[in-house]
Amino acid sequence: MQRYILRRLLAVIPTLFFASIIVFMVIRILPGDAVDLIIKSSPFMEDSEQLRKEIEADLGLDKPMHIQYFYWVRDIVVYRDLGTSLIRETPVGPDIAERVPVTMTMGILAVVFALAISIPIGVYSAMKQDTIGDHVGRSFAILGLAIPSFWLGTMIVILPAIWWGWSPPSRLVPFFDDPFRYLSVFVTPAAILGASLAAVTMRMTRTMMLEVLRQDYIRTARAKGLSETLVVMRHAIRNALIPVITLIGLFVPYIIGGTVILERIFDIPGIGQLLLLAVQDRDYPVITGIFLMVGIFVISVNLIVDLSYGLLDPKVRDQE
Amino acid sequence: MNYTSEAPPLLEVRELKTYFRSDGGIVKAVDGVSFTVDAGETVAIVGESGSGKSVTALSVLRLIPNPPGEIVSGQIRFAGTDLLELSEPEARKIRGDRIAMIFQEPMTSLNPSLTIGRQVGEPIEIHRKSLAKVVREKCVDLLQKVRIPDPERRVSSFPHEFSGGMRQRAMIAMGLACEPELIIADEPTTALDVTVQAQVLDLLKELTRESQAALVLITHDLGVVARYADRVNVMYAGKIVETGTARDIYNDPRHPYTLGLMNSVPKLNNGEKAPLEPIEGQPPDLSNMPPGCSFEPRCPYSTEHCRSEQPELSLISGKHAFACWVNVKDVS
Repeated sequence: MQRYILRRLLAVIPTLFFASIIVFMVIRILPGDAVDLIIKSSPFMEDSEQLRKEIEADLGLDKPMHIQYFYWVRDIVVYRDLGTSLIRETPVGPDIAERVPVTMTMGILAVVFALAISIPIGVYSAMKQDTIGDHVGRSFAILGLAIPSFWLGTMIVILPAIWWGWSPPSRLVPFFDDPFRYLSVFVTPAAILGASLAAVTMRMTRTMMLEVLRQDYIRTARAKGLSETLVVMRHAIRNALIPVITLIGLFVPYIIGGTVILERIFDIPGIGQLLLLAVQDRDYPVITGIFLMVGIFVISVNLIVDLSYGLLDPKVRDQE
Repeated sequence: MNYTSEAPPLLEVRELKTYFRSDGGIVKAVDGVSFTVDAGETVAIVGESGSGKSVTALSVLRLIPNPPGEIVSGQIRFAGTDLLELSEPEARKIRGDRIAMIFQEPMTSLNPSLTIGRQVGEPIEIHRKSLAKVVREKCVDLLQKVRIPDPERRVSSFPHEFSGGMRQRAMIAMGLACEPELIIADEPTTALDVTVQAQVLDLLKELTRESQAALVLITHDLGVVARYADRVNVMYAGKIVETGTARDIYNDPRHPYTLGLMNSVPKLNNGEKAPLEPIEGQPPDLSNMPPGCSFEPRCPYSTEHCRSEQPELSLISGKHAFACWVNVKDVS
């Protein structure tokens, strides 16, 4: 197991390296750049070749891309510095760090919400295969998959406001001042985000449960005189959930994508909103900083998921 | 064994019919099976795959998955009560406690994510409501009984750390846990190496004898039957076609199917290899049975009568009965 962990950790290095190259290059290849924006947004600047060159040199954008990449990596590794925002001129690292807890809260709530509704429904659906309850559960899952969260989010903000003059709470207070009010802001967007995750999880849980319930050891458990509840709780769920856990790893990029939209709709100052602004401004250090953090986070979560396999499946634990 | 006792049998299956619904119609997996098992006796049910022997066993425990399966009619009297009349919770009280079942695939019949001890001790935990510590102690005893080395340590092992033979021993330990009156072993050694098969069966026989449990041994292996069974039921296409003591079946087989099974067992006589004689053809489609004898299409002795009317079991001596219109003795 220790060797397995070590090997998995070493494999992270090349992954991160390639991810960082892609992250760095892609955003710079996109048309439009920060210089345009800086010039356009300032009434005192006359657009000229001369000025452009000056600003580019000032921001370090005049150098070839691989040199820029080298400096970027050097700053991160040596100075632990993700750079400075081109537009707001604040350091990127603290800007991101400040928003991480907000997005994390939303992501975790979304996952908790998704699992809390999908696993029981998935298990129920599998146990009552092809009954009305199963069909209802599956229809909801398909509905959850089919409804885009940006549409659902928009409707939930707009419709109650039109009908009853109510809108979801959106002003963030510091967590320790009032935890409930802090969390209440996230409930609606997390539920919307969770609903689409729940759809996938529910279908996966159902499929895996059906698969497991067909296994010989389930028959053995029944032959021992276990009640159906015990058969499911003790013998089936654990084995059925192993593949479901992997899904959570796959959720992470999806959740981050979802938060970009939902943070915008619900006006929540998280990473997603920061990213959206940065992309509009072509604020390269902010974008690459966020992408890098997200990359590291996705890789870590998948690593944790892989390792947690060992906890659930004794066979994996013993390998290596 | 005590064949002439007047005491009612421990298990009496009467006219059991278990059908499965399928797209191709109703599959009559078990179609009117009757047999008895006395206390302490070993009864074999023999037949090829698809003959309905496993379904018969599962029916006794009421473990037929419904849908698609259903016990359509019949009686299964166990120690005086009809198991088919019991409610599900009442049936659960008997399963694993008074009737235990040992399944054929030791590789897949144990839960991969629970320890051996947990699984072997489960019947005690469920039926005796014992404390975890007591259950564990009993588990160690049981594993010792089935000769698993180092049982104190092995109770905490997972199934994948066991060999096939050890897993099947663990399954036997699980079956014996509550000292049942009846053990049903469904092809307990089919998945094992030939060298281990005899060991496991000897152990099973020894332990059932020790605990005075009756054993229903389901197998397709006539060698196993000869060595371990007191009485034999030969099944074909959902029906019992011949029944009798092991001696009857071996010395005086009457049904052409039984004869066919005998001839298809590899034999070594005086160092000379006798040619294998497989039974030609396939078992009939259980959802579309011929009107006459179900073995007729494959039977070398078939007559016009066999095609039109189904033969019933008829007694020829003591416990020996068979269902065939032809007297094989006369023909051959």
